[in-house]
Amino acid sequence: MKKLIAILSLALLPLTGFAAGGNVALESADIDLTDHASLQRGAKYFVNYCQGCHSLQYFRYERMQDFGLSKEQIEKNLIFGGHKIGEQMKTSMPALDAAEWFGTAPPDLTLTARLRKGGADWIYTYLKGFYADESRPFGVNNVVFPNVGMPHVLMELQGLQEATIETDAHGNKHVAALKLAKPGRMSVEEYDQMARDLSAFMTHVAEPNKLERQRLGIWVMLFLLVFFVVAIMLKKEFWKDVH
Amino acid sequence: MSFMTWIDERFPATKVWNEHLAQYYAPKNFNFWYFFGSLAMLVLVNQIVTGIWLAMSYKPDATLAFASVEYIMRDVNWGWLIRYLHSTGASAFFVVIYLHMFRGLMYGSYRKPRELLWIIGMIIYVAMMATAFMGYLLPWGQMSYWGAQVIINLFAAIPVIGEDLSIWIRGDFVISDATLNRFFALHFLLPFILAALVFVHIVALHKVGSNNPDGIEIKKGPKGNKWSDTAPADGIPFHPYYSVKDIAGVIGFLILFLAVVFFMPEMGGYFLEPPNFEPANPLKTPEHIAPVWYFTPFYAILRAVPSFAGTQVWGVIAMGAAIAVLFFLPWLDKSPVKSIRYKGPIFKGMIAMFVVVFIILGYLGMLAPTPMGTLMSQICTILYFVFFLAMPIYSKMDKTKPVPERVTK
Amino acid sequence: MSSQGVDLKKRRMLITATAGLGAVGAGFALVPFLSYWQPSARAKALGAPETVDISKLEPGAMMTAKWRGKVCWVVRRTEETLKSLKEDTAHLLDPDSEVPQQPEYCKNYHRSIKPEYLIAVGICTHLGCSPSYRPEIGPADLGEDWKGGFFCVCHGSRFDLSARVYQGVPAPTNLVIPIHKYLSDTVVIIGEDDGGAA
Repeated sequence: MKKLIAILSLALLPLTGFAAGGNVALESADIDLTDHASLQRGAKYFVNYCQGCHSLQYFRYERMQDFGLSKEQIEKNLIFGGHKIGEQMKTSMPALDAAEWFGTAPPDLTLTARLRKGGADWIYTYLKGFYADESRPFGVNNVVFPNVGMPHVLMELQGLQEATIETDAHGNKHVAALKLAKPGRMSVEEYDQMARDLSAFMTHVAEPNKLERQRLGIWVMLFLLVFFVVAIMLKKEFWKDVH
Repeated sequence: MSFMTWIDERFPATKVWNEHLAQYYAPKNFNFWYFFGSLAMLVLVNQIVTGIWLAMSYKPDATLAFASVEYIMRDVNWGWLIRYLHSTGASAFFVVIYLHMFRGLMYGSYRKPRELLWIIGMIIYVAMMATAFMGYLLPWGQMSYWGAQVIINLFAAIPVIGEDLSIWIRGDFVISDATLNRFFALHFLLPFILAALVFVHIVALHKVGSNNPDGIEIKKGPKGNKWSDTAPADGIPFHPYYSVKDIAGVIGFLILFLAVVFFMPEMGGYFLEPPNFEPANPLKTPEHIAPVWYFTPFYAILRAVPSFAGTQVWGVIAMGAAIAVLFFLPWLDKSPVKSIRYKGPIFKGMIAMFVVVFIILGYLGMLAPTPMGTLMSQICTILYFVFFLAMPIYSKMDKTKPVPERVTK
Repeated sequence: MSSQGVDLKKRRMLITATAGLGAVGAGFALVPFLSYWQPSARAKALGAPETVDISKLEPGAMMTAKWRGKVCWVVRRTEETLKSLKEDTAHLLDPDSEVPQQPEYCKNYHRSIKPEYLIAVGICTHLGCSPSYRPEIGPADLGEDWKGGFFCVCHGSRFDLSARVYQGVPAPTNLVIPIHKYLSDTVVIIGEDDGGAA
């Protein structure tokens, strides 16, 4: 019997790593969802650089209070175009125009952090992963999102990177290294921090209740552990009759 | 006249209580594996209650379904918890049921006189798979959509009527709003049928009495114990002894279950698959489609069988047979003993092999097909059927140990 | 059943402890299921305070707005109407608005902040129909005594132009006046006053 359990658990081991993989090694975003300042900066960047094209159609502005902003701050600094604080973060660009300009409507980004394997790390690597590629309509390509249909919106901040492309034994091309060819307004460290802030914000947006869930979970676990001890004592007491 | 007398003259409350709990004598040697029956009931109740609550905010409409799930996750008070309880509960249900079935396999709980009990259980299992399959379409994400697409297309493989049958199931030429609507209706209905089947399962159990890890019929043994002179000597009243034991089991289970709900509801992509966070798109298939983990062993068997004679129906037949063969288990096992404790090395080896094969199949069913994977699936599929179909032979020729008269500790 | 050597006291204590913890656990487990029925973030967002531009409203006319899904009337009353509302109150059930169906600042004969403008929730206090606006005086169907007001066709309740209920009709109280405040001379916000949002 014990052997069987051992076999079972051994056989399950290789499964645990399965869902994390991807084709490109992702850089660690090292985000901290309790870092309110980082989330606030991320929200500001999103509103200024992303929301022109991308909506967060399931996320309400008012939820930004979760990371320490007041209603007044949100209304004054983060809401444009006459939206109300209780509304969701729609984009101002009509979907039809968008489809015409980019060939496809820019996707909603509410759930990106849950959709992409690697979550925040994927977003972080993506934001840092644009490189010059003349064959693409907008002149850029991306390491984690090959042939992405989006221009490098943050180019003026990051600058432009160039890629060293290698061809492996099977004839597949892949990006071996990125080098900053033309610096932007931000230093590398500043841009990394910006990418980190955006990744953190988008991770929050994908599941705003995550911290609450974990906080509550600890209390539930503590309660159940106490309950478990009492229940075992009860069982032992009654089973004295049987043994 | 006491209140209970008044009731009992009109409804057999005390009688039912005694016959099924206080004076229902269960073998005293149940071990860890005997928790999973009561746990399965607990999970079923969880699924029904959380499911009804989710239905209060969910919209079974192709244009609204995905957004309504996010609405539940964000806007509805505690909606995220109810939804995670339901999504985690679906996987937990299969974990518990697979362990429950494996218990039956180990201790020969399907053997005479419990053949019908086993068959009712198998019907529950099939109904559960249907429920889970239809429920998985409801979030209307990419995996929901394409998973259902692939599975319904299995029916199209049936010769002559297949194509029409799959259209009839979908109510359209592709998975569409019509499919979503009917799956929602059936996903709501089936759990109540499931609950009725569970009731029948328990009625059958209490008719024949519980098996135990020794596979000994306590009813045939000596009579008389601490509680009754006529009850089996190796039996103890279900209540309070197994009720207090099950309480501890339930709380132990809840610790594990709620740890997943509160700390890792996606379970690394197994319980909630990442591609399902993108709304269903009939124009774009995700890179890799795999059913949820609890279906993957059968999916691997499906893929293992190549199409020949111009039809791919063979894979579908193999998959159906892999489930159907379980129904015949009571008549396949010819061993003179029930429990694995007294069976010989061949049977033990075969069960160990079966477990490994089942897990490998489950693993392969999640991966994208590769030549190596297909070969492995084919070997495992053969071994899967060997376990069952050769059982009449090896269970008979196997050496067995003598079964004691009374249950052991 | 024999009870030799059984520590009944300990058993009772453990049963009590288990039952108690079970009850506490069940109580906590119930919270999400009950709270689930409360208005969601969407319902609250849709029920947010509503701003209404009243600059186009002519004397004697009515416009409607929606707040929390309920119809709200804005009526601009004439001088004559206000005079009659002040003096002619004998037929009313609660002419001085003693029943708290309005914020404190609307407890006056015109039941509003500015005498000219009435803002009321247009839902009958009897069974929830929406009365119709009948400003004309002495129409055939309502009788010669009718001085203009709101008439509920469902069960015949009558209200004057301050939304005060008549005597002898099914409705028991005056219509509700929502909290509101003026953001400017011509813009009013319903559902919010200086005490904050409702």
